[in-house]
Amino acid sequence: MSLLELDGVKVHFPVKKGVFFDRTVGHVYAVDGVSLKVEAGQTYGLVGESGCGKTTLGRAVLRLVDITGGEVVFDGTDLAKLPDEEMRKIRHRLQMVFQDPLGSLNPRQNIESILSEGMAAHGIGADQEERRTRIKKILAEVGLPANALSRYPHEFSGGQRQRIGIARALVLEPDVIICDEPVSALDVSIQAQVINLLEELQESKGLTYLVIAHDLAVVRHISDVIGVMYLGSLVEEATSDALYAGPRHPYTKALMSAVPVPDPDVEDRRERILLHGDLPSPASPPAGCRFHTRCPWKQETRCATERPELTVVADGHRVACHFAAEIEAGTVERTRATGIEAVTDTAPEEQ
Amino acid sequence: MSLLSVDALSVTFAGHGTGRGAGRAGRATKAVDGVSFDVAEGQVVGLVGESGCGKSVTALALMGLLPRKGVSVGGRAEFDGADLLSMGEKKIRDLRGSQLAMIFQDPLSSLNPVVPIGVQVTEILTRHRGLKGEAARKEAASLLDRVGIPDPDRRLKEYPHQLSGGMRQRALIAMAVACAPRLLIADEPTTALDVTIQAQILELLKELVDQEGTALLMITHDLGVVAGLCDQVNVLYAGRAVETAGRRELFAHPTHPYAHGLLGSIPRLDAPRGEPLRPIRGSINDKIAWADGCAFAPRCDFYTLQCLTGTPELTEPRAPGHQVRCVNPVLPADRSADAAEVSS
Amino acid sequence: MNATPGLQKKADKIDRLAQLMERTETTSGAGLWREAFRRLRTSKTAIIGGVVIGVFVLVAIVGPWLAPYSPTAQDWRGEVFPNQGRFVGPRGENWFGLDHLGRDEFSRMLVGARQTLLVGVVSMLIGLVAGAVIGAVSGAAATLGGEPGKRLDTVIMRVTDIILALPSLLLAVSVAAVLGQSLTTVMIAVGVVQVPVFARLLRGSMLAQGSSDYVLAAKAVGIRKRRIVLTQIMPNSLSPVIVQATLSLATAIIEAAALSYLGLGNPDPAIPEWGVMLSQAQRFFDNAPMMSVYPAVGIIVTALGFTLLGEAMREALDPKLRG
Repeated sequence: MSLLELDGVKVHFPVKKGVFFDRTVGHVYAVDGVSLKVEAGQTYGLVGESGCGKTTLGRAVLRLVDITGGEVVFDGTDLAKLPDEEMRKIRHRLQMVFQDPLGSLNPRQNIESILSEGMAAHGIGADQEERRTRIKKILAEVGLPANALSRYPHEFSGGQRQRIGIARALVLEPDVIICDEPVSALDVSIQAQVINLLEELQESKGLTYLVIAHDLAVVRHISDVIGVMYLGSLVEEATSDALYAGPRHPYTKALMSAVPVPDPDVEDRRERILLHGDLPSPASPPAGCRFHTRCPWKQETRCATERPELTVVADGHRVACHFAAEIEAGTVERTRATGIEAVTDTAPEEQ
Repeated sequence: MSLLSVDALSVTFAGHGTGRGAGRAGRATKAVDGVSFDVAEGQVVGLVGESGCGKSVTALALMGLLPRKGVSVGGRAEFDGADLLSMGEKKIRDLRGSQLAMIFQDPLSSLNPVVPIGVQVTEILTRHRGLKGEAARKEAASLLDRVGIPDPDRRLKEYPHQLSGGMRQRALIAMAVACAPRLLIADEPTTALDVTIQAQILELLKELVDQEGTALLMITHDLGVVAGLCDQVNVLYAGRAVETAGRRELFAHPTHPYAHGLLGSIPRLDAPRGEPLRPIRGSINDKIAWADGCAFAPRCDFYTLQCLTGTPELTEPRAPGHQVRCVNPVLPADRSADAAEVSS
Repeated sequence: MNATPGLQKKADKIDRLAQLMERTETTSGAGLWREAFRRLRTSKTAIIGGVVIGVFVLVAIVGPWLAPYSPTAQDWRGEVFPNQGRFVGPRGENWFGLDHLGRDEFSRMLVGARQTLLVGVVSMLIGLVAGAVIGAVSGAAATLGGEPGKRLDTVIMRVTDIILALPSLLLAVSVAAVLGQSLTTVMIAVGVVQVPVFARLLRGSMLAQGSSDYVLAAKAVGIRKRRIVLTQIMPNSLSPVIVQATLSLATAIIEAAALSYLGLGNPDPAIPEWGVMLSQAQRFFDNAPMMSVYPAVGIIVTALGFTLLGEAMREALDPKLRG
């Protein structure tokens, strides 16, 4: 059995209006039925663009947002149904690293206080002395000087702050760490330091990662398995190599073709699959396949009416597209020209 | 003959504080420290670097958008024969919007939130091209259409918040190209956008350069964007250009240890999985003053005592026109050595 | 020691590098409160405000000993005839002249400072403490109390809104009318007016902090809710409240003066207070305008001092200016 299993997870945020007491007038379907499995010791990468629900999904696993439906089974326990206090106690086994290294650290706490607070909450270490010893060991492991203890977050550089964020997770000895855009706020030369650190820690501690990022190149580098999200659901899932070698879903193809590669030869040769328009609003997602409004291969039948399920197309490769096989075989043509002349209007409706 | 010729541009911020009397006791910061480059018509020149390298300040200095108080600008920037840096306030204001245009990273904060898109576009047309009324509205609609905004007549009546991020950036580009500027400065134009939208915008910029012959100064931290778009690339570090070369030459033979390290630290989509990244150690805060030596030395794997004695000059150690500011550049023979000396 | 030339060279270059890097070192190495205090010390606005307040507080403390005459003794009763419009202006022995009962105006100003400060501080504290408690309950309920918490927050906030909607002076007058005429009444009345201001401010600040990433991180780490409120949200929500407290002190002094002016203040004529003095002097404004000017200027300058300090603190505590 997998260490972490998500089954049909849904997170719907109510849209509220009202003068005195709020009424619910609609829902934002941030995550709408995601099922996936994360194996122990592996890295599962969730990739997608802003508004696809990847961050919400990551927070749902930790119950930092309310789960509307589905199961989050961690090591045999369904977290979605756990009482609050039980959930709090299990949190030390599931930790999170945040996108904004400065924003996720309390500016008025020094590093020792930030790192020891969680340990105290979970009864790790008998006294502050013991906790400090452990913190010093972890600081060394993440590459921070021991004199960092008495300093404050704003005194560190971006990369060092992210190391503090990682240390905060590590002091609790977690099994799973959810990394939400762990490097996107960092400078390019620093990103590699943090990626390498995460990989080293995984090796030495046998950690399991759920890495959430918009940067496909980062996700491909770090992940064993990649899930591609679009508008609240998974559209494709495969091993990192299989996905790169043969993306099957039209969205994955477009996403991959849009990622710039720092190599002029590759850039000059590539054929970009430009998508039409923008992401529809998750408050009123399109019927049928959620991607059909932007899909270059959209067909007359099924696409606009029937929501495709994730189906296995090869060993460990799942795709949610009615025509994945036909596109692969080349029996259906692109129905829309690409390029900016052909952009159609699908900008989100503002309420 | 190049359209824009920047020579030894330097920008120094006096003091540190932003609030009244909140300053840290007067330490002057040199944000740009002698940057020189040329941009020709129809050419795309990239300024690449990480935060704090001075790329955005360079753009603001060229546009005359830096505050006059507490900032001293040195050097020359000849645009079509006239020096942008010493030009009067009114003269540069006339150039901005007509011959010089700029687009910013955050399209939402560059647009006036309480004025419809249409009014903002026609305002420029009226000011710089003297178009009024129906003629201005028609031209505005055709501009929006030109940058790929669908249903331009309806969009003209909408407010910035009603447009998506990509649409806003298109609207901003429409405003920038309204008067067919000869030089367009784009400061991280796609950083705030999703990658599929980024592809659309980059395609649009490319088209502008190809069809109109606009010169484009592209400011970005993303080497992938540079690889696909720029003809000539300047890599900036701590306020100075450390390497300048044509696009193919730079990516094939990154010669300054910083540019070399930067390329080695980026995860590439097409790299085989498991290939380790070679990060640059330390952070931008680990630097020395250019006056004392090479600012990159504290992070460099190859620095020597020589790197710590005075500013290194730009030389051409590998190919003509490929300038490198390093006394100990990464040359072909070093390849094996650099692999061996990778720091942890 | 017995280093080879190669090693020696390496050591040299590392030493030199460290030496050069030292010169560009910029980290400040202090907590946020300490840093704000450092910024405050270098701000002209804060210095001016601080000096004004310093002088005021000093006068409030030692005023009674500095006063050349008794503030209540009607030593020159025979020289002042208010009914005939005859007053005594500044002169050698009475620097500020005499009031309508023949008392030394200068001595009354010096002694009155203490009462004025007391009224300002106590009423501000009443507003601060009550407002902070209400705001903290409301803010904590709204951020971490779930659905029932949000409902509690709505109820509390609507009630404070109603108080906020009433004209502050009217509210103070009503409170004074219910509790009767006394100094305590004035302080409570002025304090009550400030309650919704502090409550709203703290709650708003807590809500903003409550949705920040570090609070989310604290939840993710498994810290208990009560502790999150106390160690994470509260310390970061206080700076606008502190700034407001300084600004409120100025308003409180003015409002207390207004209440005294309306005759709701301290009925005991033996204790001079600037507001009371101003209210009594207004009857003689035509013939002795200076009698109104002294207390009025006193109140204005003091209020200005607190306002300046408040503004400077707002700037110093603004995280956006953190350098």
